Order: sequence, then structure tokens, then C-alpha cells
Amino acid sequence: MTIQTSLASTALGRRGFLVSGTAVAGGFSLGFTFPHAPAQAAEAKEINAWVVIKPDDTVVIRIARSEMGQGTLTGLAQLVAEELECDWSKVTTEYPTPGENIRRNRVWKNFSTGGSRGIRESQQYVREGGAIAREMLVAAAAAEWKVPAAECSAANSVVKHSSGKTMTYGQLAAAAARLEPPKEVKLKDPKDWKVAGQPLKRLDTLPKLTGEMIYGIDVRLPNMLTAAVKASPVIGGKLKSFDAARVEKMPGVKTVVAVDGNAVAVIADTYWNAKLALDKLPVEWDFGKLAEVQQDDITAMLKDGLGASEAFVGNKAGDAKAAIDGAAKKVEATYSFPWQHHVTMEPMNATVLYTPDKCEVWCGTQNGEAALAAAAEAAGLPVAKCEVYKQMLGTGFGRRGRADYVRQAVLIAKQMPGVPVKMVWSREEDMTHGQYHPTTMCKLTGGLDKDGNLVGLHVRISGQSILAALLPQNLQNGMDPVQFQGFAASGPEAAYGYNVPNLLVDHAMRNPHVTPGFWRGVNTNQNAVYMECFMDELAEAAGQDPLAFRMKMLKPKYAAVLKAACDKAGYGKPLPAGHFHGIAQIMGYGSYVAGVSEVSVSPDGVLKVHKITAATDCGHVVNPAQIERQVAGSFVYGLSAAFYGEITIKDGAVEQTNFDSYNVMRIDEMPKVETVLVPSGGFWGGVGEPTIAVAAPSVLNAIYKATGKRVRELPLMHQELKKGA
Amino acid sequence: MAVLNVNGKSVQANADPRTPLLWVLRDTLGMTGTKYGCGIAQCGSCTVHIDGVAARSCQVPLSAVSSGKKVVTIEGLAQNGKLNKIQEAWLANDVPQCGYCQSGMIMAATALLAAKPNPTDADIDAAMTNICRCGTYQQVREAIHAAAKA
Ligand code: FES
Ligand code: FES
Repeated sequence: MTIQTSLASTALGRRGFLVSGTAVAGGFSLGFTFPHAPAQAAEAKEINAWVVIKPDDTVVIRIARSEMGQGTLTGLAQLVAEELECDWSKVTTEYPTPGENIRRNRVWKNFSTGGSRGIRESQQYVREGGAIAREMLVAAAAAEWKVPAAECSAANSVVKHSSGKTMTYGQLAAAAARLEPPKEVKLKDPKDWKVAGQPLKRLDTLPKLTGEMIYGIDVRLPNMLTAAVKASPVIGGKLKSFDAARVEKMPGVKTVVAVDGNAVAVIADTYWNAKLALDKLPVEWDFGKLAEVQQDDITAMLKDGLGASEAFVGNKAGDAKAAIDGAAKKVEATYSFPWQHHVTMEPMNATVLYTPDKCEVWCGTQNGEAALAAAAEAAGLPVAKCEVYKQMLGTGFGRRGRADYVRQAVLIAKQMPGVPVKMVWSREEDMTHGQYHPTTMCKLTGGLDKDGNLVGLHVRISGQSILAALLPQNLQNGMDPVQFQGFAASGPEAAYGYNVPNLLVDHAMRNPHVTPGFWRGVNTNQNAVYMECFMDELAEAAGQDPLAFRMKMLKPKYAAVLKAACDKAGYGKPLPAGHFHGIAQIMGYGSYVAGVSEVSVSPDGVLKVHKITAATDCGHVVNPAQIERQVAGSFVYGLSAAFYGEITIKDGAVEQTNFDSYNVMRIDEMPKVETVLVPSGGFWGGVGEPTIAVAAPSVLNAIYKATGKRVRELPLMHQELKKGA
Repeated sequence: MAVLNVNGKSVQANADPRTPLLWVLRDTLGMTGTKYGCGIAQCGSCTVHIDGVAARSCQVPLSAVSSGKKVVTIEGLAQNGKLNKIQEAWLANDVPQCGYCQSGMIMAATALLAAKPNPTDADIDAAMTNICRCGTYQQVREAIHAAAKA
């Protein structure tokens, strides 16, 4: 295949003065051109906010959510294209900018890309956008032919009259754009889908194979300088002083600036020169009492919460304590889960051009509007005078939903008005200034009757709340509802799957100084470890098989998806010698998921995960090929964390600094992942996150079968799995 | 001013000879296809070919390549608008997710196939030590096998 060497519309905003950029109409940034690059500056017509059509029949679909690898650009485009009845081979996409969204009364609604919400929360209005545009194109043709619209039909970017006359979308676009949009449109039944529901290839692959894709870190503007930054190594510490004179004469260095009272930045001609000077810069910090905080203090804080009398109740049925007290058998276990780092593949960065009248930001962000708000605040300018041009993200995982790095970049660039400054965090800066997966502990107590039925269960979570740190306005009378993901009493998001007559799930909030964050999968990750590993402990105490024990209590959709995974994996059937199956299930982000891990542990303790079979019921499947990739990727993410993921605190600071002290999974540890899709229809679930939660517990449950050892603390790298150890 | 050979062309780079090739490529020469991920030889995002051998450019000082060594980057793999075998297989297998690690993956896989036209799974495990946080490993493995057969 040949490549288009010039990505004509890979412009980085209206200024379009980038490497290969050309100016694009106001307010739109990145436009992927594969497979059909608009070679000429075609006269594009906006039919509505979602659909732009060019005379050459190219269809540009506008996508508000950010692409970070999850395939949302392709999936959302499929939904629009399905209703639009356009030729998929002529589809390209572009981002509207957050500023344009505000100027147009938020016509594209939510830009925030997290919580696996891209498709499930916008499917209705993006499909309507496609359908409305189609109706307008049909109406334009009918008017042109002076026939009733009912005699016309649309397919493959062509409107056809019953007489056989045809016109292409490109020919109709200008007239259609002038029409009033219909008030109501009827959406297709998913069973009639032709484009959506298909395992289509991603739209944005080619430039990722040739080095042409522009990520935030690749942005280059004329006369741009680069900033290397160092914030207080102790989270919450303050900048006291620095000795700029010691580095100002170093090659390429332009200036050294204080940032936000807690960081210092060297601005130089290149990143390397900035970094060399920053490494040499003498800095004094004021850490205060925070410098005395040690990991043991945090463990003690969490342990205290396990037995605390005060706790927020997240789910309650019957009287769990009485049922447990009266049970024939009582089972108890305590689990813990460490801080983990997102480790986005591309470290945090943002490029800013600030003048006293305008502030423009080029960055990868999962939340364009939050980035815009942060830029405006840091710049001290009204939002209308600021703009954010979203770039491709070298992963996000929730980290890029925050705008701390945007704020920092603006505060740096503000000190060099009129000069574009790209701020790049070193991996070390990134690792030590994350927004970490919160740390919690959990004590579970279960009561079994004489027949081995679970009659009472108390789940006490102790530890850190994300909302309390980041979104305190979303707490409900002090309670963090997100803490109970997977344990919720009801709701479409993350409801508990077991029927337990007497249940109490509560949370003793304990908040250390380390900033927590939304980390792909968020609280389903540890909550699934707690519940699903303890389920195996209960099953054993009841003398029952873990699958049969669960099946007695699981609600129908949960049971169906677990059964689908087990059937596919051959659960209960003979395995190769020394191989064992472990299972886990959860509902998260609106989807039901289950996993069966096949593992072995050698006599000297070497763990190998051979295969994982995973089932997903996400209601409607928009692109099965991309779901498979999300599921396989979820196991890499979840197992990386289970094997190695751990951030620890020493003297108030994060101890891990780079991949040598914070390992992640490579290809040699990758199990074979088999994905089973069992969509039951009638709802829309997310797929980017839920599966992560079943990775660790299914493996831990298999490890127990292989070794007889219950692992209740992660990461696994600290566990001795050797026989007899 | 150092002179180096990148993607078959002789180019001049005004940088300190100790500057890592990664940053010379990205900042001095404006070739941003080669990515920064760790700076300490761990992740492989910065992989290029030096005289046909995969190397982590964050660990190679400019001085080590300014003596006529042939540097090939991701931008130089396609010839006359035609993707190489690995790139083709990557496209056919829809490998990249976010794509950030993929320049390095493709450079490492291309070097692997040049050295071992028919790699086993163990060969792939040994040669492909690049980190992919999106978790494309399964597709990477399939695409390497597909490219070997192509
Ligand atoms: S940046 Fe060179 S190996 Fe990671
Ligand atoms: S494709 Fe995203 S890190 Fe590999």
C-alpha cells in the first residue's frame, strides 16, 4: 500500500503554523486524513455540528471525546456514519475545540473522556446527529427534484429517487446545509446496523506507523522554547529558593522561573539543554511536617479505619452483623491495595503561547473543557480569550483528565509572553507527581449457614477517597459514592451482583497527603480483588466449587457472563498438568464482565499466566475488533499493576522514579487473551475499563489453587510463591 | 556542528556531542516520530536503527553516530511511499492503540525480522522488550508472524 506523505489537515489549530500543518477553518484542530486526505482545499459544508461534507464526498465526522488508544474516534464515527448512510471509506474525523463548544452553546456537549463513557453516554445524540444530517441531505435532493422526500432514500453517500435519479452527498451538501434540521428523527434498530457493530479497522492507524502522528509532546511552533520542570518532591511542599545564576550561562538556557510557589522550571532552546540545567540547579524546598510521613504511617492510618466505629454506608440489606453472629461458620480476611501510578506512555506535557490578550494551549487531554478552564484561570484571562487544541494522547488512563499540567505550563509560558513554550515532564517528574490509584484496605467478614449458604456479609473498606481530594463538591454528606464501585445497591453503573440477604458495605475514609486520582478502572479494581478473592475463600469454607458457590447468588446477567467465560475456557474440565483456573466477575461502567485465568506456579515459585478467557456483556457492540483490543489491553494494564504496581512513600515523597523502579508487563509475560462477547442488548456499557478489575482476582484465585497460598496483598512481586514458603 | 546520516541523507546538527541522539532527532532535526518514554533504556519508545541494528537512541550520544554511521528512524522505513513489511503487517492487523510506543515497536520488529526472518515466539519475547502501556502485545506478536510469512 502507498502512503500519503503529507497529512494535509494534521494541523494543530487555526494558526496552522506547525511542521506540516495547514490552516484549518476556525475552531477545529486535529483532523485525521486516513483513508481519504482532502487533497485540495475543498469547500466543506457543515450540515450540522457533527457532519461536514466536502464536494468530493469526503465526510468529516466531528468527535468531541479524546482519542487515547481506546478507539473512540472510530467507534463514535461508526455510530454517526450508520445513521448518516454514508460511504465509510470516505469518512475522516476532526475534533471541535473546547472554545468552539462554548461559543456554540455546547453543541457537542461533554468533552470529558473517562469512565468508559465515550460511546455509552453520547450514542444517542451522535446517532441523532447522523440521522438529522441524512434527513437534510434527502430533503435537499427532494427539493432539487421537486418530489416528495418519502420517494427518496439514502445509502452509501448517495440519495436516490424511486425514478432512479441519483445525487451524491457532495453534490447535495451546500443545499442541505441551508435547510432547517428536522425536529425528530427515528434511529435504527441495532439489529439493522451495517457500519456500527462491524469489526472495522481504526481510522487513525497509518500516521502511527510512519512517525507522522502528532502527540502533545511533538508539537513544534516557530521560535518555540522548551521548559523542564521540577516540583517539590514532597507532595504539598513549597519552593523556598533557587540559585538561577548557577545555570543561566549553560548552553541554550534562556531563563529560570518559579512556578506556582511549588515548582521551578528552566526554559531553554531544547529539552535536553533545559533538563541538564535543571539537574544542576540548586533548589531549596520547604517540606514542613509532610517530610516526616513514611509508608508505615499510612498503613497504620488505614488499619485504624478497619475497626473504626464510624463509617459511610454504601450498601445495606437486612442485618449483616446479626446474621454473621448467628451463622454456623464465620470467615474473615483482610486485604490491602497499594497506590499505583498511571504511567502514561507519553509523559505529561503541554505547549502554551501566552500574550496578555490570549492564551493558547496545545496538549493531549481527556477533558478539553477542564483544560480550557485551567488555562483561563492560570492565565488570568476570560475563557473567551483562551483556546485548547487537543492533540493525540500517548495514553491517558485517567491521568490526562486532570489539568494540573496545563496550569503549570500556562504559568511557565506566562513568564515569557509572546514566546511559545513547550513544557515536558521527565519520566521521573511524571512518576513522582502523579495522581495515584488510591490506597485502601478491606476487611471482609462472612457468615455461612450449616448448608454452606452465605447468610451475612460485612465489607469494611478503609482508605483514600478520590472525590474528597479532587471533587469534594460531589461528596454526598461526606460520603464518596465512587468508593463503592462494584458494591453499589443498584444503578446502571457498577451494581453489586450477588443476592446476599444480610449485607453491609461501608467505608471508613482515611486520606493521606498523597494525591489520588481516577486510574483506569478506578475503584472497581481493588473492590473486585476484595470481593472476588473473598468469594473463593467463602466457597472453600463452604466446601463448594467457586463457580457453583457464586452461581447460587449471582443475578441473571452477571451469572450469564460468568458462565460464558467459564464455558469458553473449559472451566472444570482437565487442564495441562500443573495448570489451574481462577475466576472473577464484576459489573463496571455499565458492562458485565468475567474472566477465567489459567496459571501455573513452578516449584521454585515462578508464576506464569498462560491464558485468560474474558466475557463481556456491554449491551450493544459497536466494534467487536476494538473491544477485543480493549479487553486484551485491560489485562496488560491490570496484570502490570497486579505483578508490579506499587507506589510507596518515604519522607513524604514517592520512592519510585522510572520503569527501573516501577516495572510494567512486557510481551514475554503476556498471556493469550480470548474474548467472548455476549451482548444481551437493551443497554449501553463501556468497555475501556471494566475488564481490568477481573485481571488480578482471577489470577490470585488461580494462584491459591496452584499453591494453597492466599495472596491478600499486592503487588505479587513481593510474594514468595515457592512451595513450602 | 555535527554531520550525520539520517534516513540516507546527510544532515547537520548543531548540538553538544554528548546530547542523546533522541533529542537531536526530536528537537534539533524536528523528527518527532522517535519518542521519549523513559530516557534510561527501559521502554524502547526511542528505538532507531544504527547501521541496521536496533538501538535505544536515548542512550546514544550524538558523537557516537556523527562518524558516518547510518541512522534510520521511523520516518525512513517506508521507501518511495511504500510501507515496509512490518508496517504493512501492522496496518493489516490494526496493531496500534494510542500508537505512542509503536514507532519503537516497529523499529524493533523490523530489526528482528532482518536478523531472523522467521522468528519463534521465544525470539519475539527476547527481542521485543519495548513497553506498550495500551497493551498491544498480542497484536504485535501476531503481526510479526504475519510479516514473516508475507
Ligand atoms: S526513551 Fe529510550 S528506552 Fe525509553
Ligand atoms: S499503543 Fe499505546 S502505548 Fe503502545
